[in-house]
Amino acid sequence: MSHVLLEKTDHLSDTIYKYQKGKHVMATPSNLVLRSDIDFEAGKRETILGIWDEQIEGHKVNVKYMAEAKAIRGTGDPIPGSVQQIVSRARDGTKNVTELQRHAPPYAIELTSGEVVMAENVVLAIGTQGNPNLMRCPGADLPHVQYQLDDPTEYVDEHIIIVGTGDAGIENARGLAEDPAQRNTVSILNRGTEFPTAKDANVKALMADHEAGKLTIRTESETKSIEPGFITLATRDGELRIPCDRIIARIGSAPPRAFVEGCGIEFSSEDRSAFPKLSPVFESTAPGIFVIGALAGYPLIKHCMNQGHDVIEFIGGNTSLKPADEPIIAAKFAGLPGNRSTEEWLEFLRANVSILNGMNPLQMREFMLDSEARFYGPGEVIFERNAPGSSLFGIASGSVAVEVNPADPSITIPIEAGSIFGEVGLISGRRRGATIRAAEDTVVVEISRLAALKLQSQVPSAKKAIERISIERQLLQMFGSGLKREDVAPLVEAAQVQEKRAGEVIVQEGADDKDVYIVRRGSMIVEKQIGDRPVFLSYLPAGSYFGEMAAIDGSARTASVKAAIKSEVIRLPGEGFLALLDSNPALREKAMRDMANRRATTAFIESRKDEFAGAVDLYSQTAQFLVDNGIGEATDVLLIDEKLCIGCDNCEKACADSHDGLSRLDREAGKTYAHLHVPTSCRHCEHPHCMADCPPNAIKRGPDGEVFIDDTCIGCGNCQRNCPYGVIRMDAKPPKKPSLLEWMLLGKGPGPGEASYAWRKKAAEKEGGQKAKQAIKCDMCSGIDGGPACVRACPTGAAIRVSPDKFLTFTKLAEETQ
Amino acid sequence: MAGKAQAGGAKSRFKQDEKRRDSDHVSFLKHRGFRWLWIALGLSLATIAGYLLIDQQPRPNGGTWYGYTLGTIGFGLIIWLSLLGVRKRRITTGAWSLKAWTSAHVYLGLSLVVIGTLHTGFQIGWNVHTLAYVLMLLVIATGIYGVIVYATLPQSLSANRKAMTRAQMLDALTAIDRQLESAAQPLARAEADLVIAALGQDVFGGGALARLTGSYPDCATARACTGISRGSEAETRVVALLEKRSEQLAQIRGALRIRAALEVWLFVHIPLTIALIAALTAHVISVFYYW
Repeated sequence: MSHVLLEKTDHLSDTIYKYQKGKHVMATPSNLVLRSDIDFEAGKRETILGIWDEQIEGHKVNVKYMAEAKAIRGTGDPIPGSVQQIVSRARDGTKNVTELQRHAPPYAIELTSGEVVMAENVVLAIGTQGNPNLMRCPGADLPHVQYQLDDPTEYVDEHIIIVGTGDAGIENARGLAEDPAQRNTVSILNRGTEFPTAKDANVKALMADHEAGKLTIRTESETKSIEPGFITLATRDGELRIPCDRIIARIGSAPPRAFVEGCGIEFSSEDRSAFPKLSPVFESTAPGIFVIGALAGYPLIKHCMNQGHDVIEFIGGNTSLKPADEPIIAAKFAGLPGNRSTEEWLEFLRANVSILNGMNPLQMREFMLDSEARFYGPGEVIFERNAPGSSLFGIASGSVAVEVNPADPSITIPIEAGSIFGEVGLISGRRRGATIRAAEDTVVVEISRLAALKLQSQVPSAKKAIERISIERQLLQMFGSGLKREDVAPLVEAAQVQEKRAGEVIVQEGADDKDVYIVRRGSMIVEKQIGDRPVFLSYLPAGSYFGEMAAIDGSARTASVKAAIKSEVIRLPGEGFLALLDSNPALREKAMRDMANRRATTAFIESRKDEFAGAVDLYSQTAQFLVDNGIGEATDVLLIDEKLCIGCDNCEKACADSHDGLSRLDREAGKTYAHLHVPTSCRHCEHPHCMADCPPNAIKRGPDGEVFIDDTCIGCGNCQRNCPYGVIRMDAKPPKKPSLLEWMLLGKGPGPGEASYAWRKKAAEKEGGQKAKQAIKCDMCSGIDGGPACVRACPTGAAIRVSPDKFLTFTKLAEETQ
Repeated sequence: MAGKAQAGGAKSRFKQDEKRRDSDHVSFLKHRGFRWLWIALGLSLATIAGYLLIDQQPRPNGGTWYGYTLGTIGFGLIIWLSLLGVRKRRITTGAWSLKAWTSAHVYLGLSLVVIGTLHTGFQIGWNVHTLAYVLMLLVIATGIYGVIVYATLPQSLSANRKAMTRAQMLDALTAIDRQLESAAQPLARAEADLVIAALGQDVFGGGALARLTGSYPDCATARACTGISRGSEAETRVVALLEKRSEQLAQIRGALRIRAALEVWLFVHIPLTIALIAALTAHVISVFYYW
C-alpha cells in the first residue's frame, strides 16, 4: 500500500517520548489481544520506544519527519448536501457559525513547511494534546524561545525569563532557580499581580522563593520584543530592556478541535469533551478521513494500535474483519439464553431498551464494553436496598418488581420491558433505595456509571428520558407507597431540574415563594438566622425534599436552604404539590408528620441557643467547616478528634499494614477546626472526582460503598490531579516486610507501619527493581472483616469514620467525648 | 460491577459499617458507658468481699486456696494486659477495637491494685514476692500518669500545632532561615556571628530535660534577639526575622515537649512491665518449688 507517516517532530511516538526517563508504560486492558504487527507490552519507556523504532524500520514504514499538517482539504468535486457547521465560541460567550462545504477525496494535506501531500485516505491519530500556544511579539521566532523544559539542571549561568503563570511556568521557574550553584538569574513574568490559574501550594512556594531572592517575580509585565541576548518588557512604569539568554513560554495549548473540524470532521456535540462522529469502521463525516486513538475517545495505547491495524485493513478492502474486542463482547452474551449472535444481541438490546434506540452500531459496541447483559429468573434479586451501586439498568425483555415498602416485601410496583431502573443511584450517587427482583424471565443490561454518563452526553433523547423517569420515581419514592404514576403525572410535567453551585441559596428565609424542591444530586444545608448569626439546622442528602412548610401553611420561609456542594434540585410548583396532598390524605398525613419533626429540630436548637449560645455557635461553625472540607459530598469520611488524639500515628501504621505496606492517609495534614481534624484521606464522594478521567476505567465503587482503584491502573496520575482533597498518592508497592514476631524478637525489618522510602527501595532492588508506580487510595478496608483499620487501631477513640447525614447533627457534633 | 454475588457480601459489611457510623463518639475512658470501669469495680468488690467473708487458714496470704485464686487471676490479668503492645501492632481482621482494649487495660490494670494487695495478705518483706508486688505497683503508677496525660495533653498538642504538620513547621523554619541568611549580609562581624550561631544550632538539640520542660537556656536565637541592637534598617529586619524564628522554634519545641510528655512514661512503663513479668515468673516458680 502506498503510504506516508507524517510525524511532527524528528522522532516517533512523541507522547511517550516526552514521558520522564525510565517511566514504566503499562499495557492495559490485558484481556484485549494486540493485532498490530508492531509489538507492545508493558515496560520501560526506553525499551518500548526502542522496539517501535526498530520495527517501524523493519517494516519499511515510509516516515516523513518534521512534517506537521496545517490543513486537510478535499480536492475533488463538492459533495452535494455535505456542509459542515463549525461553531466557534468567543471569550464573551457569543457564538459564530461558519459553514464549510466538504469536497470529495483525494485530500491535499498542507504542511507547515508549505509542502503539500496528496492522499486518497487519511488516518488521524493525533491525540488530544494539541499544540502549545506561541508567543506573538517581534522576535518570538528566535531559537532561544522555547515551549518546553525537559531538564532544569541543563542550564547554568543564564538569564532566563519564564512567560506564563500557570503551574507549568511556576514549576519551571522554581526548577531553574532551585540550585544556586547553577547561578541562573530567573524571572517569571506576570501580566497582572495574581496567579489565578496555579495551585495554591505552587504560588506560595514561588512567593517564598521570590522573598528569599532565588528568583524574581515581575508583576504587571508583558513581553514587548525579543532580540538575541535581551528582552524588552512593557511594565507599569514604562519599557524595560534586560539581559535574557533564554525564554521559556508556558502559555497553555490549543486543543486540536479547530484543526479537526476544519478538515470537515463533525463532533458529536458542542461539549468540550465530545468526540468526532464516527462510523463502525472509524470513518469520520469527511469520507476517507478516519480517526483513531485518544482523539476518537480511546486513550489507551493498545486500543489505538488495534484501531490503526483495523482501519488500514478496511481501507485495503477487508470489510469482513471483526473488531478486536469481539471476543470480549461475545463473552458478555455467552451466559444468556436465546442463542443469538453478538450482532443480534446488540440489535436486540438497542431495539428493546428505549433509551438505547438512538445509538448506532459502533456506539453500541463501545457502550457494551462498559456494560453487562444479565439474565434473571422469576423472583431473583437484581439488587438490594442499601447496596451501593451507581449503574443504570435497562430491561430488554421481561419485567421487574420494586419492593417499595422495606417492611412488607409483598407490596411491589412493576417496571415493564423497555424501561429503566437504578437511575436514582446513578444520579444521586447514593445507595439503592429499594430491592428489585425479576418478576419473570428477564434480560437486563446493566449500564456502568461511565457508560451511562457517556450515553447521556451522546444521545440527548436518552438524557431526557432518564431525567423524566427519575423525576417520576423520585416523587413516587419520596413518600413511600400508596402513590401511582397517574397521581404524580401532572407534577412530573411541571417539574424542572435546576443546577445549583456550591453555596447558592435556593430558599431564602423570610421570602414568600411557595415552591417545593427535591434534592436530586448533591446535598443541602438548612440555616436559620438566630440573633445576629446564621445557625446550622440540618443537612439534607440527595433524595430529601424541602420547602414544603411554606406550601402547606402559606407562611413565609422559616429558614434558608443552600447547596452544600454542586447540586441538582427538582423544582415543583407549590400549587401542584398541594393538589397532590389534597387528593391523598395518607400522603398529607406523612407530610405533616415530617414537617412536625423538622419544626421540633428547629425549636430544639433555638431553645439551646438561648441557654448555650456558645455551644450552638460552635456547632454551627463546626458543621460549616466540615461542609467546606468536602464532608457534604462524602459517604464515609475519616475524622480525628484532636481532643483525644495523642499523635501516635497508629492509624497510619494500621493502614499501611493492612494494605501492601503503604499508608493511604496522612493524619497530620488537612484542616482543623475546634479540635475536629479532617485528615488527608478519601471521603468516598457520592460523585467521585477521581473517576472523571481514568483511561483504563480502573476506579470503581465497590460492594461496601468504597471508591477503589483496581490493578488495571496505568499510573497516569489523572485521578491524583482530579481529586480536590489530595488523597491519592502515586507509589510503587513495596516487597513484603518480615513478620511482626521477627521484628519484635530479632529486630528484623522496619517494624509496624509504612517502611521508609530508603528501606522500600533497597528491598525492592533485592527483588529485582521497584514495581511501577500506581495510584493508591483508601478503599475503606474493603473486604476486611471488622471494617476500617484506622478506626479499629486508634487507642483513644480519636479516629472515627462518619457519614454526613448521621454526623452533621447537633447531638453528634455537641457530644462530650472526653 | 455490582453482580449477583456481591449483593450478598455488601449486606454483611453494610450492617457492620452502619453500626460504626451510628456509634457514639467518645474516648477510651467513656467507652460503652464505662463498661470496663464497672467490670473492674465489680471484680474488685467481689475479691474484697471474698477476702472478708472467706475464713482463710492459718491466715490470709498467697498460700491459701483463696490466695491462689487471687494470684491466678492477677497473673492472668498481668499477662493479658501486657499483650496490649502486641494487639496494637498486629492489625488482624475482625471486629476488635484498640479503644476497647485500652479501656479494659486501664480499668482492669487499676483493679490489680486491689487484687494484688489482697493476694499478698498484707505480708510484705525483702523477697522476690514483694519485689513482684512493688514492680506491679510501679507499673500501675506509671500507667496512671499515662492515663492523665492521654486525657489532658491532646488538646494542647492540637492547639499548639495550629493545623500545621511537623514537616510544615520545619519548612517554615527553613524559609525563615533562608531569609535571615540574606538579610544578615550587611551586619557587622559580631552581630553576624550571633545570627550564624542561631542558624547553626540544632533544632532538636538541648537534651532530654530541655525537651521535657520546654526550656532551652542555651538558645542561640534568643541570644541573638537580645544581642543585636535595632540601629540600622538591616538590623531591624534581622531582629524581626529572629523574633519570627523564635516563635517558630517555640511551636516546634512545644510540639516536642507535649509529645515527649505523652511518650516518656512508656520508657518506664514497658521496661518495668518486662521486669515485672520476670519477677512474677521467679515468684511463681519459687512458690511451686517450695510447695
